[in-house]
Amino acid sequence: MMILTVEKTKQWMKEIHKRMETNKEQLTALDQAIGDGDHGINMARGFGEVVAKIDGTEYDSVADVLKSAAMTLTAKVGGASGPLYGTAFLKMATALQGQEVNQQNLKAATDQALEGIKMRGNAEFGEKTLYDVWYQVAEFLGSEKVEDWQEMLEVCQATIEDTRELKATKGRASYLNERSRGHVDPGSMSSFYIFEALATVIEMED
Amino acid sequence: MADKVGLVIISHSKKIGEGVCDLISQVISDVPIAIAAGTDDGEIGTSMELIGKAIEDVDQGKGVILLYDLGSAKMNAEMAIEFSERDQIKLANHVPLVEGAYIAAVEANMGYSLEKIMKSLTKLELEDM
Repeated sequence: MMILTVEKTKQWMKEIHKRMETNKEQLTALDQAIGDGDHGINMARGFGEVVAKIDGTEYDSVADVLKSAAMTLTAKVGGASGPLYGTAFLKMATALQGQEVNQQNLKAATDQALEGIKMRGNAEFGEKTLYDVWYQVAEFLGSEKVEDWQEMLEVCQATIEDTRELKATKGRASYLNERSRGHVDPGSMSSFYIFEALATVIEMED
Repeated sequence: MADKVGLVIISHSKKIGEGVCDLISQVISDVPIAIAAGTDDGEIGTSMELIGKAIEDVDQGKGVILLYDLGSAKMNAEMAIEFSERDQIKLANHVPLVEGAYIAAVEANMGYSLEKIMKSLTKLELEDM
């Protein structure tokens, strides 16, 4: 069954942008605790640029929308989230090239995105980064015949809670060492909003 | 200015980029150097596009070395290299920006090859960066 169309993919980006704007303060506060404090601003601005770009453009495929989003994020977000999310969406686009999107190839695309994030950020599971959330979502998509997409969000939330007490060993948060414990990783939180937005558009009526 | 290894100084801050260039301009005469510092709109951060453009600006056919300050600059530099259609673009990985840029500039000025300069830079590598 086709779960994403060009229109829905555009809507996905709009839903992400909406969440980044709404939660800008929260993401920034999380980043101030263990990073450099610009995550909310970067994400809201980055996805604002994505929406501006895709709104005025005609696309032939879901892959083309994702590629456009990837290039915009990479160009417009100054911090690490630009190249990381840019790589993730670019890998998804490559995996979905020439295909209609169903649950099976969405899973394959998520796997590719995961590999991309791993390569770009040199990340492993359990290092308290956004990689942890993408890893668990990919696992979930692989193991379940998804009927209720809200379950994917429960997986994300559980991951975020699990990683709260971890010590960060990657990125700016790793400089804080033990003091990074007890804080939610801002990248995990923004990844949650990305998947929350995805669940919302997949469950929308066509 | 002909046939020398080019350098790209990548920093989150325009002022840091300019400062590094000021410093090394004391010791070199005609090495092609470009600064890719700050975002497109002059904010703190790095931009893959600016890095890509800087590579184009300094490539004289002998290769280009990219030096960066913090982790996310490295990610954008790697993406710029992947998107660049050129060969012989090297990233000075885990090399401190000021020291690395200084040594690379001196050696490029002496006409050293890309490989030879990269070998000198590996001696500066930090374990955690």
